[in-house]
This record gives sequence, C-alpha cells and structure tokens, in this order.
Amino acid sequence: MVQAIVFLPLLGAILAGLIAIFGAHARNPSGDTVEHHDDAHGHGDAHASAAHDDHAPDDHGHDDHHVSEPPAQGSRAAELITTALLFVSCALSWFALVDVGFLHHEARIALFPWINSGDLQVSWALRVDTLTAVMLVVVTTVSSLVHLYSIGYMDEDPHRPRFFGYLSLFTFAMLMLVTADNLVQMYFGWEGVGLASYLLIGFWYLRPSANAAAIKAFVVNRVGDFGFGLGIFAVFFLVGSTDFETIFAAAPSLAGKTINFVGWQADALTLACLLLFMGAMGKSAQFLLHTWLPDAMEGPTPVSALIHAATMVTAGVFMVARLSPLFELAPNAQAVVMLVGATTAFFAATVGLVQNDIKRIVAYSTCSQLGYMFVAMGAGAYSVGMFHLFTHAFFKALLFLGSGSVIYAMHHEQDIRHMGGLWRKIPYTYAVMVVGTLALTGFPLTAGYFSKDAIIESAYASHNPFAMYGFLMTIIAAALTSFYSWRLIFKTFHGQPHDEKHYEAAHESPLWMLIPIGVLAVGSIAAGFPFKELFAGHGIEEFFRESVKMNPHIVEEMHHIPQTIAFLPTVMMVLGFLVSYLFYIRRPYLPVELANSQPMLNQFLLNKWYFDELYDLILVRPTKWLGRFLWKKGDGWFIDGFGPDGVSARVFDITRNAVKIQTGYLYHYAFAMLIGVAGLITWFMFGLGGQ
Amino acid sequence: MTTWPILSVVTFLPLVGALLVYVSRGDDEAAQRNSRWIALWTTVITFAVSLILIARFDPSVADFQFVEKAPWLANTITYHMGVDGISLPFVILTTALMPFCIIASWKVTSRVREYMIAFLVLETLMVGTFSALDLVLFYLFFEGGLIPMFLIIGVWGGPRRVYASFKFFLYTLLGSVLMLLAIMALYWNGGTTDIPTLMHTTVPRSLQTWAWLAFFASFAVKMPMWPVHTWLPDAHVEAPTAGSVILAAILLKMGGYGFLRFSLPMFPLASHDFAPLIFTLSVVAIVYTSLVALMQEDMKKLIAYSSVAHMGFVTMGIFAGTIQGVAGGVFQMISHGIVSGALFLCVGIVYDRMHTREIAAYGGLVNRMPLYALVFMIFTMANVGLPGTSGFVGEFMTLLGTFRMSITTAVFASLGVILSAAYALWLYRKVVFGPLVKPSLMSIKDLTFREGLTLFPLVALTILFGVYPKPVLDMSAASVQQLVNNYNTAVTAVKAAALLQ
Repeated sequence: MVQAIVFLPLLGAILAGLIAIFGAHARNPSGDTVEHHDDAHGHGDAHASAAHDDHAPDDHGHDDHHVSEPPAQGSRAAELITTALLFVSCALSWFALVDVGFLHHEARIALFPWINSGDLQVSWALRVDTLTAVMLVVVTTVSSLVHLYSIGYMDEDPHRPRFFGYLSLFTFAMLMLVTADNLVQMYFGWEGVGLASYLLIGFWYLRPSANAAAIKAFVVNRVGDFGFGLGIFAVFFLVGSTDFETIFAAAPSLAGKTINFVGWQADALTLACLLLFMGAMGKSAQFLLHTWLPDAMEGPTPVSALIHAATMVTAGVFMVARLSPLFELAPNAQAVVMLVGATTAFFAATVGLVQNDIKRIVAYSTCSQLGYMFVAMGAGAYSVGMFHLFTHAFFKALLFLGSGSVIYAMHHEQDIRHMGGLWRKIPYTYAVMVVGTLALTGFPLTAGYFSKDAIIESAYASHNPFAMYGFLMTIIAAALTSFYSWRLIFKTFHGQPHDEKHYEAAHESPLWMLIPIGVLAVGSIAAGFPFKELFAGHGIEEFFRESVKMNPHIVEEMHHIPQTIAFLPTVMMVLGFLVSYLFYIRRPYLPVELANSQPMLNQFLLNKWYFDELYDLILVRPTKWLGRFLWKKGDGWFIDGFGPDGVSARVFDITRNAVKIQTGYLYHYAFAMLIGVAGLITWFMFGLGGQ
Repeated sequence: MTTWPILSVVTFLPLVGALLVYVSRGDDEAAQRNSRWIALWTTVITFAVSLILIARFDPSVADFQFVEKAPWLANTITYHMGVDGISLPFVILTTALMPFCIIASWKVTSRVREYMIAFLVLETLMVGTFSALDLVLFYLFFEGGLIPMFLIIGVWGGPRRVYASFKFFLYTLLGSVLMLLAIMALYWNGGTTDIPTLMHTTVPRSLQTWAWLAFFASFAVKMPMWPVHTWLPDAHVEAPTAGSVILAAILLKMGGYGFLRFSLPMFPLASHDFAPLIFTLSVVAIVYTSLVALMQEDMKKLIAYSSVAHMGFVTMGIFAGTIQGVAGGVFQMISHGIVSGALFLCVGIVYDRMHTREIAAYGGLVNRMPLYALVFMIFTMANVGLPGTSGFVGEFMTLLGTFRMSITTAVFASLGVILSAAYALWLYRKVVFGPLVKPSLMSIKDLTFREGLTLFPLVALTILFGVYPKPVLDMSAASVQQLVNNYNTAVTAVKAAALLQ
C-alpha cells in the first residue's frame, strides 16, 4: 500500500512526461542541418515566440500566457491519468493515517540498496509512522486537489502534459522525502522537490523573470542544502550511520562530545542540529534564506498553492520534527530554531502589510506561518508545530487557489489595487476566501484557531532562552496577520471596482476549480477541532508514540498558562481586523496618509527590508567580480603568464639572444674561447686547487 | 580460468581496426564511409569483448585478474597486464564511450581515415594505460596517448588549435619527464618495474617524498589540478566534439587512476604527509574554478572549468584515504566520464548546427528542440549533483569520506555544491530557456536519430547509477578496501613508531 502511495505519482509523472515529450517531438522536426534563409520570420513558431516576447518584459507576475500554440496532443489524457492516480494515492494515504495513527501499524519497507561502501550503508526504504502518515495525508490531499484545480486553471495552456508531469514528479519527490528512513534518502526527496519547484517556477520559460526566479529558488535552496549536506556528514561522522533508528539510538551517548569545526570547538549535537536546520531554513524560506519564496510566485498559481504553501516549504518543519530526538538533546540548537522562527513570523508579516500583488501577500503570509511552526519546534512542542502544518496546508492552499480563482476571473490581473467590489461578481470565491482568511487569522473554532493558539501558548510555556521573544513576536504577528489578510479581502472584494473593464468581464471559475476550493474550505474549518487532542492535547502520546520526541513537560505547561494569555491571540486577531476595517472600508484615506507621513518605514517594508539589494551587494556582485578576476587575472595573467606562455616567451627571448651571439666573425669566437679558457683555469687554480 | 588473453584482445583490437582503416585505400566518399563503419564496428566489438571481462570478473577478489605476463625487454621489463576493481571500471568506461565518439564524429569530412585511425590508436593506448602492470609498459601507454590526442586537437581542432595543442603537449610532457625519473628511481630501489611487486615493496621515506612529487607532477597536470589546469579549457575549446568527450571522460581519469595505482599504495607515507597540500589544492580548484565557470562566455569552456571543479572532489576523496573517499573518487570519475562526456556531446550537437559555442548566440532552444532540452536538463542536473543522478553519489561519498579526515576541507569543498548549481543552471537558462528570437536559430532542428543514439544510453546510465550505483561500487569495493587497509597500516605503523621514540 505504501509503495502504491509513493510510486503512483511517479507513474503518473512518467506517463505525462512521455506524452509531453512525444507530443513536443512530433511538433518539432529532427535534423542536424540548418537552412539559413532570411524569411525564417514567416515561420509559425517565430510568431509565437515573438508574441511571448512582447509580453515577457512586464515583470511582475501576471499569471498569463498568451496562447498562440495549439494545445499539446494528449493533454486531456495526461491530466486525467495523473489526477486519477493522485486521487488513488490520496485515498490510500487517509487509510494509512488511520491504520498507523489509530491501529498502530507502523511500517518499514526496504526496497533495495543504494549507496554501500564500507560502513556507509544507505538503502531505499519507506518508513511510515504517524508523523509520516500525517504528511502523506497533507501531501496527497492537497496535491490531488491541486491537480483537479489545474485542469481548469491551465485549460488555455499549450503545455499541459508537461505541467501535470512536473506536478506529479513533485508529489513523488515529496512523498519520498516524508517516507525517508535515512538522511540520505531524505536529501534525495529534498533535492527532488527542489528540482520540481525549479521546473515549475520556470514553467513559463519564455519569461525572463520566471527563469530568474527559478534559478534563485534553486540556488538559495542549495545554500541551505550546503548545511544539510554537512549535517549529514557530521551525523555520519559521529554515529557511523545515516539511518534514523541508529542515529536516534546513539544520540543520547553523544551528549557532551565536541567537534572541531573550522576552528570552533563545537558541541557535536548542537553543531549537527544547526547544520541540518540550515537546510530547513532554506527549504522553509526562513529569515535570511527567505528571498526566493516571494519570487517563486512567478510560477502558475496551482504550483504556488501546492509547493510554496502547503507542502514543500513545510519540509523543513517536518525535518525538525523527524529529527526531534536530536533537537531535544541540543537546547542551544532549539534556541536558534525559535529565534529564527519568531523573527521570520514577525518579519514576513510586516512585509506582507504593504504588498500589492495578491500572490505575494499570501506568499509572505506563508513565510510568516512557517515561522510560527518553527517557534513550536523550538519550544519542543513538535506535534503542535505539525498541527499547524496540517491545518495551514488546508487554509493556505485554499487562499492560494482562491487567489488563483480571482486572478482567473480578472483575466490574469494580480494587483489588488486594480480590483475591488468583486464579491458581487464571484460570490463563491469570495465566500471561500473569507473562510480561508478566518482560518488563517485564527477566528474561533476554525482550524487555524486551534493550531495557532497552541503555538503561541507553547512559546509562552517553553523554557527556551528565546521563549519570551518567540511569544511576543508571534503575538504581534497575529495582529499583523489579521490586518493584512483582511486588507486583502477588503481591497479585492469590497469597495468600488478600480478597473471597470476587468470588473465587468469578471466571471466565476469553472467547476474543475470550484470543487477543490470547496473541499479545502471545508478542511479549513474541520481540520482543527477533531484533531486538537491528537496534536496538541492529551492524545499526543497515543497518536504519535515514538515518531516524535516531545519535550516531556511542554504540553502540561501549555494547559496551565494564565487565561489572559490564552485569550491574547484572539484579542490581537480582532484588533487587526478592526484596524483593517477602519483603514480600508471606513476611512480609505488613512493608509495613504500614513504612508506619506512615514515614507522611510513604508519604503523599507515595500522593499522587503532591502534583502534582495543587500544580497546583491554583498554576495552576487562580489562573486561575479571574483569570478571574472580569477579568470582574467588568475588564470590568464598569473598562471598562463608565468606558466606556459611565459616560459615559451622566455625560450623565445633566449633563442633570439643566442642567435645574436652567433655573429660569424672568427675573432668573436676566438675571444669567447679565450675568456672561457681563462675562466676555467682560474676556477681550477682557486676553486679546486686551493684545497 | 582465462583460456585466452581477453585483456590483450580488448587492448589491441582497436589497433587491428586502425590497421584495417589504414589498408582500405582511397580518399573518396566510399573509402570514408568504410573507415567510419570499420571504426564503429571495431569499437562496438571491443566493447562487447570488454563485457566478457565484467562477466568473468570476480569482485570479491582484491588482487589483479586476467593477468597476462610475458618476458619483454632486458630480462626485468615484462609485458604484464591485468585489472583489479579499481582499473576495470575505467577500462569499461573507455570501451563503452568509444562507439559514441565514433557515432558523434559521423559528420567529420576532412581526413576521415586519419581521424578514425587516431581515435582507434588512442583507444588502445587508453585501455593499455589502465591495464598495464609494468611501469615501463604503463609509461609507454600513458605518454603514448598524448600523441593521438595532440593530433586530434592540432589537426581537426578549431581556429586556435595549434596554440591549444602545444599548450596541452608542453604541460603534460613536463610532468611526464619527472615521472620517468621517478620510475627509474623506483627501479633502482626495488630492482623491478613490476607494479604488483612494487606495491608491496617498502620505499624509503626520503625517496617516497621525491617519487611522490615526481608522480604528482604528472598526474596533477593530467587531472588537472589547480594551478596546472589552464591547458584544459583551451584544449577543450579547440578540440573536435569527440576529442573533448575523450579528453573529459577518459584522459583526465588517468591522473586519478595514477594516484590510486601509484601514489597511495607505493608512497603511503608521502601521500599522508602531502594530504594537506592535496586538500588545499582540491578546495581551491573547486571554489576557484567554479567561480571562473560562472563568468564564462563559451559553452565548452564553462563545462571544462566545471570538470576541473569536479576533479577536485576526486583528488580530495582519494587522499582522504577513507573507504568512502576512495570509492567515491572512483565513482565520481566514472560518473564524470559519463556526464561530462555527454555534456560535451550536447554542446557538439548545437555546434554542428550553428558553428559557434558562444553562449550569447543561443537562447530559447527548448521551443524547437524539446528532446534536446530534456536530455541537456538531465545532464545539467547530474553535473549539479542532484540526488538520483550519478553525479550525486560520487560527490556525496567523497565529501563524506573527507569529512572524517578534515572537516575544514569538506566544508569549503561543499561550497562547490552551491556554485555548481549557479553556473550550470545559468548556462541552461541562457541556452535553452527563454524566447527563441535570434533569427539564425529559427530553423534549428531537434535531435536526429544518430544523435539520440549517442545521448539516450548515457541518460539511462546517469539515472541508473544515480539510483542504483551498486554495480560500480561493488566492482571496486574489494580493491578499494585492500588499498585503504594497506594505506592505513603503513601510516599507523609509522605513527606508532614515532610515538615509541
């Protein structure tokens, strides 16, 4: 069954990929000769690409793709195959969750050996415990709904088989990640989702901005993976294995060990955890490594929902939960986790306040919510973080797909300043977006209410050195979240339409798209209460058992925090809503005045704390400069200059001078001979003869 | 159990093919076609015969197999051939890649006969290098390989071919002169030129140092290690496609093979002493050449620089002296042979069409060459070291093996992971993605059947070895184990002796 869950998406990806590549090959002739005639512009494809190119420069994402090619053959087949396989996988996953979570049937299925060398023994294996089962459900549910949604959303795109192939490939990689039984296989899934993300962000490869965003995503993730890789090496160095069971069993004996890491005498466990966490920071777009996520919105909206909201970006959270037996033994690493998580939660929320691109607002919100999850991880309340991961998958996918529905209705307009009053035109989308917003802001009894409040409580109750900081940041971020979420709703759906043409043409999306959003809306409400006890209450022990190692006191202490503290998140949520209502419904001139009175702050936030500029200045430019310098000066001037070219030049000089000496006059030669003989005699007399 | 000298057959079969091409007189169309087909059949048959080696090879034996020994020169120098788990993969790599090179050269039109002869002779010399078990014999094969390569670059190369071929020749020759001296010194010390015997002869420490340095000079140039790498980009840029493939895939591996066959087993103490030097040079190579690769404007140069970086992982792993490091080094070389060879084939494909390697001359190829885009993507990802491709396994193992010995080295070498992603994806984006607007590219066509024939088997191998590298790892496991054990024994013995004093 587990094999089916994991490999059915792969099968779908391969089939869709084959359809895509055969179709594409059939449309493009083979041949290794090129006819060079100037009327090549008359060619149909030339028109197509020219049309794309016209559109390409306007950078800021419009989910748009001028259609001038016929759709690929077999598009419908590819869609149906991948979607159907995903739904089968999804059904099996829910079954697996029940089987593992409640009936306690953990599974570990060995497939075949991978890298065996000396004491390094890595195998392909599938491991399903409760933690994995939760992720299986999240991944396959959202993925199957996104597949279904994409059938509608991408209906005008000529490259649908490729798109669905990528989506299924992503799902496969993500499933490999969550079912990994060792760090190396996890790394496989980790990089695999990175590849799929790269391909999907750059799906519209005609757009320079999409290509740039794709590369940025991959490279920034690689910075994180640099740490992940070193973390694997460090663990192997300490334990001699990469299997989770072996590592966890050996972890307690590692306490107090130190490693000399580039001149720093580090506590072994702390070091390993921090290195691994660096990978998590990259994948989950945490503070300092977050810059790729907003740019990733260049991808089609279903991709943003699946990869950059519900699943891939939560891989870092999952990783920390999976490695909880290590992190529990490394309190300093946990402190860093909480510090980073809390900072991200606050930072991303502030940036989200002023963005105008509907997808980017939701993207920053994702970034912020991931910060929340890491706060719980840092507090040692792993299941609570997983709870938020679980609920967040529903409402954030909902918000993205809802935004997609808005964008679709507005004919690929993404700027909320050009929207307004849309609730009359697309009431269904409006309703589900409000549900998503309620859940995100933590309105009582929605899914987000239970999980987010639990995180804030865990931060308050924890004994982490940054606990107070974490609590404050998450509390402030709660108000900010509420503000920017409602801002999005108000500016999009209420008020007066700002763009009459688009407004008049707005229409509700097809059923393909509305059904998945509806399901997610139900999930956004229902994923909270029934699971509360299992993730954040007294059922944790029974439900998660060995799959996560909780801080032993955290849950108890969470339940004994003061009542006022427990109410605070709700108060903040209401506060955010009221300010937002005031700003965007009652007194629409207020935000403008505020922005004008605080230009510095406004610019600072609008430019996302200037991180892109900063990195460009301190990393990208120097790297390029250094590359050019080493090439031209290092290789060209120094090595070649003093090496082969220099030597050959010297040889040339010497021969030229030697030629000069040969004058042809006898007395020159006789004179040289005489000098030579005199020199020899002198040397014999004084050099050797003297002894 | 060997009843016939398989190894010699594999080695000299290409020479027979070369002879056949030579005797098929004439320079007209028919003769050219004949020489192509003869060359192709020769390389295919050679590959088929080499498969018998795999079938009969016993991976549990660490020592040399298929040994052939016959007296040859001056009583001491013998014709001694044999392979173990370290050399067999390289033999197979050579025989397996040759048919692709011949197919890739199908469209060569000038001096076809000589071209084919040069490649077939080169194959003999390369296989010979990997299977020679006598120092003199090894030296002959090793240095002999220079000549056909020199000719391939110098005759069939690009506009600056003369400069490139001389640079290539000078660099390599300088190293080999020193190696010849070291070979003589070894003979005086051990009284034999037999490699297996020498591997078990202890060499005095002072001689170890000098001999190690002399061998190092030769192998470092071949590898190539920083700072003697500058011949490689020039040679690659000027060489014809198949020449680049051979250069990247096999000739570079001779350096790594030399380290494994000579430096580590014969001079363990010197290897241990010089390991920090190697680590430093490797890390510099990885970071430095990756940075340089970022700024390249020529496709072949970019891939050439990335080759230097990847070879940095190999040297680092080998001299870490751990099982994973050494086995990873072997695997990385095999994988790099497949992947970089394939990348050069990819460049060759567009070069054949457009006659330029300038990155800026391309863009948007995916619009008209979807198959090419797919294949190129897979090899780009393998070059980046994405798990699931063969590139990952070697990189991972060498880094893992090195981490045990020198954490600092592993940390700085890991920077290559980031940089390789940057330059490889940048290249891909510039060449393949984007709109197709350049008028010259409008009528470019996708892979032909012949080109697919060269690339798809390599795609399959790249992914197979990425997911299931066991065949290669198992083949070399016993020999690597023995090598590492001997190395560690020698090093510990000296350390223990030093402690006693």
